[in-house]
Amino acid sequence: MPDLVTRQPQGLFCEPGGFYIDPWLPVERAVITHAHADHCRPGHGAYLAQRDALGLMRARLGDDAPLEGLAYGEARRIGDVTISLHPAGHVLGSAQVRIEHHGEVWVVAGDYFVSGAGDCNTTCAPFEPVRCDVFVTESTFGLPIYRWAPQAEVLDEMRAWWAGCAAEGRHALLMGYSLGKAQRLLAGLATADAPGPVFVHGAVARLNEAYREAGVALPEVPTITPEMNFKALHGALVIAPPAVQGSRWARAMGPHSDAFASGWMRLRGARRRRGVDRGFVFSDHADWPGLLSAIAATGAQRIIVTHGDEGALVRYLTELGLQAEAFATEFGDETHGGVEGEAT
Amino acid sequence: MKRFVELYLALDASTSTLAKVAALKRYLADAPARDAAWAVYLLAGGRPRRAVPTSELRTLACEAASLPEWLFEAGYAVTGDLAEAIAYVLPDPVDRFDEPLADWMEQRILPMRALDAAARREAVLAAWRGLSADERFMFVKLVGGGFRVGVSKLLVQRALAEWSSTEAAGIAQRMMGYTDIDTPPTEASFQALLVEAPHGERGGQPYPFFLAHALPGEPAALGDRGDWLAEWKYDGIRAQVVKRDGQVWIWSRGEELVTERFPEVVAEANSWPNGTVVDGELLAWLPGDAEPAPFALLQKRIGRTKLSKAILAEAPVRLLAYDLLESEGMDRRAEPMHVRRMRLEALGIATSPLLDASDWPALATAREASRERRVEGLMLKHRESPYGIGRTGSAWWKWKVAPLSVDAVLIYAQAGHGRRANLYTDYSFAVWNRAPRDAAEAEAALDAPSGELALVPFAKAYSGLTDEEIRRVDSVIRKTTVEKFGPVRRVRPSLVFELGFEGIQASSRHKSGIAVRFPRMLRIRDDKPLHEADTLDTLKALMEVAT
Repeated sequence: MPDLVTRQPQGLFCEPGGFYIDPWLPVERAVITHAHADHCRPGHGAYLAQRDALGLMRARLGDDAPLEGLAYGEARRIGDVTISLHPAGHVLGSAQVRIEHHGEVWVVAGDYFVSGAGDCNTTCAPFEPVRCDVFVTESTFGLPIYRWAPQAEVLDEMRAWWAGCAAEGRHALLMGYSLGKAQRLLAGLATADAPGPVFVHGAVARLNEAYREAGVALPEVPTITPEMNFKALHGALVIAPPAVQGSRWARAMGPHSDAFASGWMRLRGARRRRGVDRGFVFSDHADWPGLLSAIAATGAQRIIVTHGDEGALVRYLTELGLQAEAFATEFGDETHGGVEGEAT
Repeated sequence: MKRFVELYLALDASTSTLAKVAALKRYLADAPARDAAWAVYLLAGGRPRRAVPTSELRTLACEAASLPEWLFEAGYAVTGDLAEAIAYVLPDPVDRFDEPLADWMEQRILPMRALDAAARREAVLAAWRGLSADERFMFVKLVGGGFRVGVSKLLVQRALAEWSSTEAAGIAQRMMGYTDIDTPPTEASFQALLVEAPHGERGGQPYPFFLAHALPGEPAALGDRGDWLAEWKYDGIRAQVVKRDGQVWIWSRGEELVTERFPEVVAEANSWPNGTVVDGELLAWLPGDAEPAPFALLQKRIGRTKLSKAILAEAPVRLLAYDLLESEGMDRRAEPMHVRRMRLEALGIATSPLLDASDWPALATAREASRERRVEGLMLKHRESPYGIGRTGSAWWKWKVAPLSVDAVLIYAQAGHGRRANLYTDYSFAVWNRAPRDAAEAEAALDAPSGELALVPFAKAYSGLTDEEIRRVDSVIRKTTVEKFGPVRRVRPSLVFELGFEGIQASSRHKSGIAVRFPRMLRIRDDKPLHEADTLDTLKALMEVAT
């Protein structure tokens, strides 16, 4: 039987279904794993995605985009195949795409995060392994140096840093990608025992609305406005996208300490290059043990590795006795924290 | 060690001097004196000898983390730091060792050197089982001999001074030699940093070196030529020679005690009166020659662990003095430069001559003879200047001659370390073996690298570019990679750089037959097509000019 999914110039293509998954060039019919810009691009004829992702996609693609939603687990016949979407734990509405064709099952996971003990994320459904014959996996953090501490611990470190700032009469500026990361941070930090008030940047606030519309109970916090007087506040935490670093916007906060939350902050070099006071290792992607456990849980004998450290993961899986190969995709960025990858 | 690791993280995380000094003061206030002794030693640049070979650390890390070696190496290439790679791949600790820093250093780390491989293995694995990721990072740095941190010695001295309410200059002076590799710090030596020692008990303690700035622009901006003393800037090893109590000590600029390496200088200094301290340059100098020998000869001698009669005869070393810091047991550093020089000459010590060119243009003309004299240019020192500490003030300037330069092609790249990890910042450069006829012939030679026209590698360089330029070159390297071997990428050449260097010498150890000294990038030559890069003949011609 020919491969159910192949790499075409436009993207990953399922021929018997007649659709592409997260294509990078315009196509007639796209199935989208999640709303990050490198996976959900404009210009396709029709979009199918998990229904909680639709609000985020609309924020990105405009109100007229031809979007259609599926619930997790809901089956849909397309062409000659049956597809269903399953939680990937990455951001709101992120989904693994399960494709069944004449009894053969492929799963294209997109980006995913595998929760361990101490990872409590209330902003999206946790990753669920799906049994399959062929598993298409990301490898953003596909090296054994990437091992995450439980997120509850990292949130504690953030709170300690924030409390320290407050004690020194400074504010705290915590930067993270505005779709997904910012909501995780907000839910984890805007708690009753917080050391000070929490604010969000306008870009984060817009996406928070899409989360709330999908039924996620995010803490209600004010949005920063140009008229805000930071001098009247004590120990504020501001959650903002990475682009504000060093901007006039950030200077308007007055004395503050800045920090960046990303898996790339594992690397001391990346941390120092970014030039922030603190780098917190806090990712929406699976770490090395997470990737290996996810792959094992699928029971798949054939693994196709996309964006990240394909080479290392393919070789390692091959040495474990699995059939492994790589697809060159245009998701994410090959460099380790060298350039700000969007969905980290 | 936990407290020291926390200090290290605070210093590493912060970019603010104030925050670093505050973190140091907090540590000094909390830590017991014998721990503080070690912390100051390590932060001020003390380097214990490597206790475990790094190859052994890698093997043990693979074993402890159950990883194949290639996979560990892939992670190492990304972190650009062995200690970091090891700290992250190891499984979570099962034990908890929380011993004071001094115990770690004296009872665990330093003794490891004496263990056999099996016992060393046990010691390393046991330590890893009991340490958190950050502590393991520190442990590997300490046993692997690669500990560095982003604080200057000056900053440590400032923190010590503020914390102990003593004068920073005094601490700087007493700290000379504190970081000696063979003298582990103790509670007593730490306490001694904080109090003025009676004169008779100073032993071989040197003074902090005074350093010069590179002169930006033309010397006319310095004012009247008559206010400045001009000397040649020699290309040797800066040293301070101390003669006290009938004994001689020679200190390198890195504060290493190097007395035993220069018996000729010791013999000479033995004839000086007690209580004399001289600052000068150690130079290889053949008897009867008017000029010192090229630096390469001195380097050859430094490279030898044993000083045979043959090497002493081949590369004799002498001291050329240029300043006097102590005479008759008195600290002379506050006296004006010209007075110190007069005292120095009166002692009959061989002194670097002053240039008498009467005005700046005449001096500039004299300076043009630098290369023939095998010097790097001129030193300008204000007549009235005291001998300062470190790179402070604007009394001493180095006015170097422009470096030699060629236009060379980037052919290999390797990722840097630390702040430059994952960025391709270390480059290998080549010149053509002959001038290509035109662009087409050059292109053809790149496509068929075994042909008669070829690029010959001759130098590596990693400094001289701005961060922005590095990012740009990094992206070109990623796009033009032809082959990867380990951390090194071979690129299809597309960039020409102007490379500067201080010296050039024939060398049988280099494929090109040529070795250059202090190569660095002066600029990217976007205006220069590949086939117009320089050739081996250009280098050979420079060699004739320069030697």
